[in-house]
Amino acid sequence: MRIGVITFPGSLDDRDAARAVRVAGGEPVPLWHGDRDLRGVDAVILPGGFSYGDYLRCGAIARFAPVMGELTAAAGAGLPVLGICNGFQILCEAHLLPGALTRNAGLRFVTRDLRLRVENERTAWTSAYRRGEQIVVPLKSGEGAYVADPGTLADLEASGRVVIRYAEDNPNGSAAAIAGVCNAEGNVVGLMPHPEHAVSSLTGPSADGLGFFASVIAAGVLG
Amino acid sequence: MTAVTAADTVARAGATPEQPQPYLELGLTAEEYGRIVGTLGRRPTGAELALYSVMWSEHCSYKSSKVYLRQLAAKAPPSAALLAGIGHNAGVVDIGQGYAVTFKIESHNHPSYVEPLQGAATGVGGIVRDILAMGARPVAVMDALRFGPAAAADTRRVLPGVVGGISWYGNCLGLPNIGGELDFDPCYAGNPLVNALCVGVMRHGDLQVAAASGPGNQVILFGSATGPDGIGGASVLASAVFGGPVGSDAAAASDAPAAAAKRPSVQVGDPFEEKLLVECCLELYAAGLVVGIQDLGAAGVACATTELAAAGTGGMRVRLDAVPLREASLGPPEILMSESQERMMAVVEPARVGEFLAVCAKWDVRAAVIGEVTDDGRLTMTWHGEEVVDIPPASAAEGPVYRRPAARGPDCDALAADDPAALPRPADGAGLRAALLALLGSPGLADKSWVTEQYDRYVRGDTVLAMPEDGGLLRVDESTGLGIALATDGNGRYCRLDPYLGTQLVLAEAYRNVAATGARPLAVTNCLNFGSPEDPAVMFQFAAAVSGLADGCAALGVPVTGGNVSFYNQTGTTAIHPTPVVGVLGVHDDVRRRLSIGFSAGAPAASIVLLGETDAEFGGSAWAHVLHGHLGGRPPAPRLDAERRLAGLLAAAAADGVLLAAHDLSDGGLAIALAESCLRGRVGCVVRLPSSLAGPFTDPFTALFSESAARAIVTVRPGAEAAFDALRDAHEVPGEVIGTVGGDSLAVDGWFLIDLEELAAVHARTLPALFG
Repeated sequence: MRIGVITFPGSLDDRDAARAVRVAGGEPVPLWHGDRDLRGVDAVILPGGFSYGDYLRCGAIARFAPVMGELTAAAGAGLPVLGICNGFQILCEAHLLPGALTRNAGLRFVTRDLRLRVENERTAWTSAYRRGEQIVVPLKSGEGAYVADPGTLADLEASGRVVIRYAEDNPNGSAAAIAGVCNAEGNVVGLMPHPEHAVSSLTGPSADGLGFFASVIAAGVLG
Repeated sequence: MTAVTAADTVARAGATPEQPQPYLELGLTAEEYGRIVGTLGRRPTGAELALYSVMWSEHCSYKSSKVYLRQLAAKAPPSAALLAGIGHNAGVVDIGQGYAVTFKIESHNHPSYVEPLQGAATGVGGIVRDILAMGARPVAVMDALRFGPAAAADTRRVLPGVVGGISWYGNCLGLPNIGGELDFDPCYAGNPLVNALCVGVMRHGDLQVAAASGPGNQVILFGSATGPDGIGGASVLASAVFGGPVGSDAAAASDAPAAAAKRPSVQVGDPFEEKLLVECCLELYAAGLVVGIQDLGAAGVACATTELAAAGTGGMRVRLDAVPLREASLGPPEILMSESQERMMAVVEPARVGEFLAVCAKWDVRAAVIGEVTDDGRLTMTWHGEEVVDIPPASAAEGPVYRRPAARGPDCDALAADDPAALPRPADGAGLRAALLALLGSPGLADKSWVTEQYDRYVRGDTVLAMPEDGGLLRVDESTGLGIALATDGNGRYCRLDPYLGTQLVLAEAYRNVAATGARPLAVTNCLNFGSPEDPAVMFQFAAAVSGLADGCAALGVPVTGGNVSFYNQTGTTAIHPTPVVGVLGVHDDVRRRLSIGFSAGAPAASIVLLGETDAEFGGSAWAHVLHGHLGGRPPAPRLDAERRLAGLLAAAAADGVLLAAHDLSDGGLAIALAESCLRGRVGCVVRLPSSLAGPFTDPFTALFSESAARAIVTVRPGAEAAFDALRDAHEVPGEVIGTVGGDSLAVDGWFLIDLEELAAVHARTLPALFG
């Protein structure tokens, strides 16, 4: 299972995402923002970081990167895509996912190990979890407050597209404590917490994050 | 068309010897100006005067400190681990398995007071480029912060800005922040200390040199364009005293207008550009495209060109009009003095310039060939064809050396005589309990999450330990578990009482913190924060501190690999406490065997062992400071031999897997260490004190709050007690079982009990209550 990890200028957690893929048993493939080429990968991760410094809205410039044209087309055709933190912001800016991420409620960057609840286990990236399962994964972001208009929020809830929710503490003031959402088909998932930083209790609070990577790999092996 | 700024040329300087020059305004003395004229045989041009003024500033030249700093190298213990020592951008240490580590700590105190966010941010950026220039990939940062009283109005201006700046720059650059310090004292009210440390990792063969060698090789300036920001930052800000009133909160706040006037001297950071610069440099190194490299920090192009030329073949020719500008009106003096951030200068073989520029283009990094290496022993610079600089580079790079008057301060005797033994001490359980809670909730000892939550500690995925652990611990090699531990420590109160002993205590604490993770301490970096070198009492403190550090490093067997001096940390005529901040680097053979400070619940319960010896030592203690606002007497006695034995024991015990946790004893003594270990592990403990113990304790107060050095608490893996005792005997470390882990309270048998919930609440609430 070959999983691409896109590096934009200012991507920071690309190395961590690649490691998580490896730990889960997949083969990470580096993808470059300037290439109109997905190198035939079976899935793609948009990692965390500060693409282009995030001096404009987070992700607002990265969505115009050459690689995003290919990615948008492939996502439409069902390619599994995971956006983590800045990657989630980019997916929202690219309208591959609904809503937007705004400044944290406290207006400060927050790094915290958080208890999350898996609300939808039928996506490409969450099938290794049980519905309602609680996992501990770090959050680290300054603009992680999920917002959307009331209609979109109602639609997300009704269609089960809220994938991950903050189970206790909602440290950025996200609407309905939403930490991650997916598209209608469930192949594109975005979340603010960082599962790639929870793949080992040596370097993270838990190994609970491995499930995201294991999910897509297991689906690939079965499919 | 942009108008070209007319420049003062070498020819004009020769023809107009009597033209008055603003050397005093640029911080040069009449003697120093005379020395420049003597070297050149004529008056300097405007550009040359600018260059000498920044190069000979205290910040860049170390002119007042050099005579003392020499002993750090002279007394350094022999170390096979040292690959590059003092004098490089940063020291380089061999950690085995083909890896080398480079690390350094540097101050950005003055800019951070004037403009907290940008001042602190660019402090991070500057130290990261120092590490990058050695050939290493920067892998983590730490910061040691000291502010005025936590409740002061100006602290509420400065602290959130400083923390926000470190958070913004470090997080955006993708470097985990793995530790540091936060303390408060009125002496820092008008002069906070912002010291940033960076550590980098490379393979042995990757070491780069800061020298312009090979005549004909091209000089390339790359990174950000040069603007008017930070002009004279080193000479204007870091080499002079801020004027204005001193002391009270109101006075500190009213210093803001003076600070505002200096704001144009503060640099502005762009962490995104720095991230690109890091990746670009590492790709340039890997491709073998770099002959020599230097970062641009204080004194910008002036410093990079003179230092590269002085260390290389001996000469360089530079076209200043080829420097990419973001403000077209800049002339040669401004270009030389600008401290615009995110810039590097490389020396490249002519045949490889094309490849070099292609790598820069890949990373969207601006690059321009601005000159070439020569062998004529001159640093010459032209501006649109006219020569504006022509100097022997060593004359600027070496600078003057002063042995300034040093004399013990007139208040030292009274301070030493003011013994804390006279202070009222708690003698019953309620009093001891109240003292513990007061200390635990004091701003210097309270939970630092308000600060550390703003830093990314996870990025790069190799962080094994970070705040609030004793030291930061990073994995270097995933397959072998090889890692590095780092800790910084400072204690202005100890050093104010006795700068020689205080500096040794600070060194010993950083060393002990590294050892408490299970790592072996290897090397030392330091940031020496002091008042004005023109004050003999300050110079006396400085001389004593450097001697203390040099002797302490010799006793502990760890060499100093580099560091930084920050003078003029004072407001008016009042200096800060002498505050050397020491960083210690250690190597961990297998990070999977790391020791955390946190107690862990389990059955059977683990026993808690207190290691080391306790005497009644309260001079400069947290108890005297927090409970009585007292500073006097003598600091605790450093016990360097005991520190070495303790560190040896901890490394051996960690390797053997016989310990579950380890926590060093420092500020607040045993009481605070127990509380922190309980809170970290979310489990209580039961401890017995003198009523049931023979040995060194004289009374419960001393047992709980004394700050004797060379001590730690450890918890022993159940079943491994005999093995640990045998190790302890072999390393000749005294110790005794003082209790067991378990329960949901911190209980001191026969004296008092505090529920974990109360303990946590008192610990957690202080900083959020102050800073929102």
